[in-house]
Amino acid sequence: MKLFEYESKSLAQNLGINTPRGGLASTPDEARDIHKRIGGEVVVKAQVLVAGRGKAGGIKFGSKPDETRDRASEILSMTIKGERVKKVLVEQKLAIKKELFGSIVLDRVNKCQTVLASDQGGIDIEEVASKNPEKILRHRLDPVFGMRGFDARQVALKLGYGGQRLNALTDLLSNLYRLSVIYDAELVESNPLVETSDGKFVAADLRVIVDDNSLFRHPEFQERSKEASAEVTPLEAKARENGLAFVELDGDIGIMGNGAGLVMATLDMVNHYGGKPANFCDVGGGADAEHVATALQIIQGDQKVHKIFINILAGITRCDEVAKGIVEVKKVVGLKKPLVVRMQGTNFDEGKKILDSAGITTLEKMDEAARLVTSPKVA
Amino acid sequence: MTLLVGKQTRAIVQGITGNQGSFHTRLMREYGTQIVAGVTPGKGGASAQGVAVYDTVAAALERIDANASIIFVPAPFAKEAGMEAIDAGLNPVVIITEMIPARDSMVLMAYAKEHGATIVGPNTPGVITPGEAKLGIMPGDVFSPGGVGVASRSGTLTYEIASYLTRAGIGQSTCLGIGGDPITGLNFVDVLKMFRDDKSTDAVVLIGEIGGSAEEDAADFIEDTKYAKPVAAYVAGRAAPPGKRMGHAGAIITGTEGTADAKMKRFREVGVRVAEVPSELPRLLQQQKAATIQQ
Repeated sequence: MKLFEYESKSLAQNLGINTPRGGLASTPDEARDIHKRIGGEVVVKAQVLVAGRGKAGGIKFGSKPDETRDRASEILSMTIKGERVKKVLVEQKLAIKKELFGSIVLDRVNKCQTVLASDQGGIDIEEVASKNPEKILRHRLDPVFGMRGFDARQVALKLGYGGQRLNALTDLLSNLYRLSVIYDAELVESNPLVETSDGKFVAADLRVIVDDNSLFRHPEFQERSKEASAEVTPLEAKARENGLAFVELDGDIGIMGNGAGLVMATLDMVNHYGGKPANFCDVGGGADAEHVATALQIIQGDQKVHKIFINILAGITRCDEVAKGIVEVKKVVGLKKPLVVRMQGTNFDEGKKILDSAGITTLEKMDEAARLVTSPKVA
Repeated sequence: MTLLVGKQTRAIVQGITGNQGSFHTRLMREYGTQIVAGVTPGKGGASAQGVAVYDTVAAALERIDANASIIFVPAPFAKEAGMEAIDAGLNPVVIITEMIPARDSMVLMAYAKEHGATIVGPNTPGVITPGEAKLGIMPGDVFSPGGVGVASRSGTLTYEIASYLTRAGIGQSTCLGIGGDPITGLNFVDVLKMFRDDKSTDAVVLIGEIGGSAEEDAADFIEDTKYAKPVAAYVAGRAAPPGKRMGHAGAIITGTEGTADAKMKRFREVGVRVAEVPSELPRLLQQQKAATIQQ
């Protein structure tokens, strides 16, 4: 679960991490009032979860409160990469000496957390990584003992700091690490991490992504995780509420299957034969008739879906349960789009019988079914 | 010798009294796996599917001999269940449980490494040595004994591909899921090493998917060690959009990293035959075998 910048910063402040003075505004007038309160020059930042807001014009400056109100008004009417801006963060403009990059990431390969840092902050770090990979410092953390003081000091030293500044940066890095532990974050990233001209280190921007699998032990995020986020379409939200792994795509063939890998392979195969999938929908292992019926109704309720491909390789899942779910939908609301069903495995004969008697053809081979659903014969 | 599981395997099922644990204990026994005990805290003295249940792994080991574990306990308790199995010297430990916090997996894998234990999973269908035994939830009937080792990041897709191989008359030595999570015990490189040293394996199939770099690492290993056995692969998720998790916690393209096309390209560069669709794999293996014999 991605947190907004303002949410990430509020967690950080509680741990003593320096962030710029400022406040959150939902209206241009609120933005102006925040500027009045903090004085000086300010930066107005769109609060969105998608990356790349800077390039999209989601960060602007204000030298007077009225100007800040106008800038906030512009940003609050923007939609950045499909995400509508609802709030802006108004913060004091920092006296920047240097912009760094600092993050703590989950390192899949080394099965630990790793610190990624660079003295080339403030710009797209992926660009730095591809053009000047030597400019990114990687420091692996012990999976059990985590970041010790000397780990943070080694990083600060390699970034070129000594004396008081080394200690200050060490503290900040240690606190970013603490944040990752306390909130089970798979990513804590500050870019830019600013060294100010008076020798302080400030997380000018902060991104936190919480590990979804740890949400059960974080009651503080319970409400937040239920909120519809811009990253989830209404259709995805509805499907997920119903316990389906669901991703909306832009094609016209609705897809349902069991198991993430099989469903991904189904999308690939539909693509391979010239079709365009409308979604990824995994009903999971052991889905019963009701679950299948729910999934089918959600898929056929999607306007852009013109035909549907159900691909089941039954292990724990049973073909007869899947068939019952499909027939249930046919009886109750009707099958509104042409349907191709592929089933194989546990209780195939029973399942086929149920579908046969409802006039629905079942194929046993995935290739054959994918070819059929992508052909003009099914329309 | 059989890899990871075989006739010699004597397994404990942790979480045996739950729905999944109990159901699959029955299926594993029907397949021929020796399940010697079950563990569920608070249910010691009971019996599940004809298997005696104990409160702890240690208590079970006072009564029986065991050398492996399969774990079905809910995600919040999985890390400690894994440690309990490792402490008792059980090896391998197969973790079926999904949705375990990454931090828990990280700590568990470090513990396993320190104790020299092999973890399969988490979020895996398990391991099967066809015709001998299975520690997992895969349907046994799609597999057949033979010489192809299969390693995969997915469950049902493995069954799909195993059934193609079986139908084409190509049997399997050992098939295992490394798990769909970002952090897993065994990875493709570990499995490639095992298959290389395994006399009953003469070719390898890797079933990858988007996200992470397990496939690229496998390709590097194949190149660096001039891997002696033929390898064929399929990578799921070419049609997946960036930034979206495709069902598995680990199946996500971040930025430009982890795309299926990049993985397929890297495999091809090191001589791995890559299937465009899963059903091509039997043909690719047969071609590769023919090419090897000619050499």
